[in-house]
Amino acid sequence: MTLQHYLVISAILFTLGIFAVLTRRNAISILMGIELILNSCNLNFAAFSRFMTPPEDISGQIIAIFGIVLAAAEAAVFLAIILAIYREFGSIRPDEVDTLKG
Amino acid sequence: MEFTLKNFIFYGFALMTVGSALLVVTVRNIVHAAFSLMVTLFGVAGLYVFLQADFLAATQVIVYVGGILVLILFGVMMTSGRLEMRIHIERGQLLLGGIVSLALLMLLLTVIANTPAWKNLTDDGTELPPTTERIGELILNGPFLLPFEVVSVLLLVALIGAALISRKEVRD
Repeated sequence: MTLQHYLVISAILFTLGIFAVLTRRNAISILMGIELILNSCNLNFAAFSRFMTPPEDISGQIIAIFGIVLAAAEAAVFLAIILAIYREFGSIRPDEVDTLKG
Repeated sequence: MEFTLKNFIFYGFALMTVGSALLVVTVRNIVHAAFSLMVTLFGVAGLYVFLQADFLAATQVIVYVGGILVLILFGVMMTSGRLEMRIHIERGQLLLGGIVSLALLMLLLTVIANTPAWKNLTDDGTELPPTTERIGELILNGPFLLPFEVVSVLLLVALIGAALISRKEVRD
């Protein structure tokens, strides 16, 4: 396995996440796309930490752990906002929530 | 590259990750998408094991599969009333999004293939010691102490905020 194997997997995950965010018309599906993007980021951190630094340096893995914590916090706030939106609008389609549109 | 058992398992995990991620973004039923996401997260955890990041792999399984995925399923149930929800996709958006994503993938693959510093970095297969002890040392008694405390405060703030946003408004 080379570094490029991991980078290619991570690039595919990132692209699929972007695709989900762009095309899906459901807030929870968009959250899934964001989770894919964050996972590809963390995979990159771990891969660079393994291949580009000396073996005893594991800073990249710690950054990836911080990334997982941030993803958890983000998911909690995201779902809270989705629940509030659902209560207010009766739908979680992002294009129906357009009160601020001029 | 020789065809060993290790390579076989690695490609298995890679296929599992990419294939289920493809299902996550294409399947119409949101519950099926959530379960595909679970397979993707397990696949990424397997890749962490191949990178000799054992603590990271365990954290991935516990936090993502045990926490975030359950949150997502709860979100599905609380916003649809039942466990069936179709995802609406517009055709024009599908085409445009597909073009943008494909262009992005091509760009990323070109960069990955052509960056000289990233070439010929192979995994020599040396076994590293488990990382848990060193991670604990670095986080609680090393250079990552301040970021760790900041992240813990951020997590607390996010959870309090989430509870505050999602509760029912009480009018008096």
